[in-house]
Amino acid sequence: MSMSLMRPGGFSYSELANAGPVEHQFSPYTDNGGSIVAVAGKGFALIASDTRLSTGYSIYTRDQPKLYPLNSNTVLGCSGCWCDVLSETRLIEARMKLYKHEHQKEMSPAAVAQMLATILYSRRFFPYYVSNVLAGIDAEGQGVVYSYDPVGHCDQNLFHAGGSSGALLQPLLDNQIAHLNMQIKPTEPLSLEKAKGIIKDVFISAAERDIYTGDGILLKIITKDGITEESMKLRHD
Amino acid sequence: MANPQGLSFERFSTSIPAIPSAPALGPMKRTQTPVTTGTSVLGIRYEGGIVLAADTLASYGSLLRYRDCTRLHKVNDNTVIACMGDYADFQYLLSIIEQKAITEDCMDDGFNITARSLHSWLTRVLYNKRCKFDPLWTTFLVAGTDEDDDGQKKEFLGYVDKLGTAYTDPVIATGYGSMLATPVMREAVEAKTKNGGQLTEQDAIDIIKNCMTILYYRDARAHYRYEIAVVPTTGKARIEPPTEIKGDWQVAHLIKGYE
Repeated sequence: MSMSLMRPGGFSYSELANAGPVEHQFSPYTDNGGSIVAVAGKGFALIASDTRLSTGYSIYTRDQPKLYPLNSNTVLGCSGCWCDVLSETRLIEARMKLYKHEHQKEMSPAAVAQMLATILYSRRFFPYYVSNVLAGIDAEGQGVVYSYDPVGHCDQNLFHAGGSSGALLQPLLDNQIAHLNMQIKPTEPLSLEKAKGIIKDVFISAAERDIYTGDGILLKIITKDGITEESMKLRHD
Repeated sequence: MANPQGLSFERFSTSIPAIPSAPALGPMKRTQTPVTTGTSVLGIRYEGGIVLAADTLASYGSLLRYRDCTRLHKVNDNTVIACMGDYADFQYLLSIIEQKAITEDCMDDGFNITARSLHSWLTRVLYNKRCKFDPLWTTFLVAGTDEDDDGQKKEFLGYVDKLGTAYTDPVIATGYGSMLATPVMREAVEAKTKNGGQLTEQDAIDIIKNCMTILYYRDARAHYRYEIAVVPTTGKARIEPPTEIKGDWQVAHLIKGYE
């Protein structure tokens, strides 16, 4: 390489020309972490999220729950790219108001679940980078849980773990709630107290292993009488 | 009645001018990287108000290009914003925000833009631009006091960045400040408020001044001249005249091996 082609930075113009586009590029997405766990049972549904909002190794805030009560029988939990969470939930809230005024009734959890899938798929080629978990009580008073992928695939389950600790917690719930791979299976159905205990335990475990989960949890209890909430502290580090 | 075109919120919009789109001449240009930039901004919420701080430097890469640029802006008597990132994008948004403030003022109905509503508005504008892959390369802190449903004045401190990521917290720092100043500020606030203690305006100012000094020593894009804004729940928001850090570099000659 002749000296005349060298720049003060120590690399040549020809190298620069062959280097292709510069790496630093705008990315519309970030991962702001957070976990959601939902459990459905006879006459109740529980949904919980942690309260940490972070980016990389920094914590934005220790007090940002990720639960959105949509009406008296449904709560949505969202985590992932926080700007998408904000935009998506505002859209859902507006659409639910329109529904309420047009039909003079609240949306059922099944209707919300279908609408959410449609909203997510409407952004199929520029997705909301969010993991959604919807919990509610259906017309029969049974708990229901719906889980989604970012582009709108919808699945109805009895329990689901989503967000940054989703992969960590789902097998734990499979074992503790569905009693998979167990020799002796309990006969009594899952009680609300037992479900609450499992949720608190799995969040404590998640906070130990996932840096994006911690600080505290907010737990919403949905029954036919409405929604109540509980909170608990988690690792604060 | 359902809107046949789908959801439209346009009929709710007021006379605030729409953000003009890029000129149609030549290929469309998008901001891929910021140019003239400001570094960290800090904010603390105390019992009775909010304190914000930003230095007065607008850098051009490593060049200290403009050394007397204010990065704090008083929107009205109870709202102040601070900006990190591209200074041109800040000025562009400022021109729109100023027009919004004037429009509100002209209505003369006793209502003003609140910090909460401005924060929410910025969230939408910045999110919209990021969705067009044409971001306004800025991070804002919005501070203000606002009446809640009971007519009580409440302190508000919010963050919004170029993606539309938004949250509120008693302690916020952006950029290098989030690494160097946040731990110091959180610890200081925690120490003051534990056992039912209260953080006063002076406490908040002292913490912020300490953090601006730390940033000046370690952030190569920070400057010795900076401004502090105070937004109290009682009284009007004010931006204090710039103060200067008297650096103590006595230890500098002890550091060897980097000549």
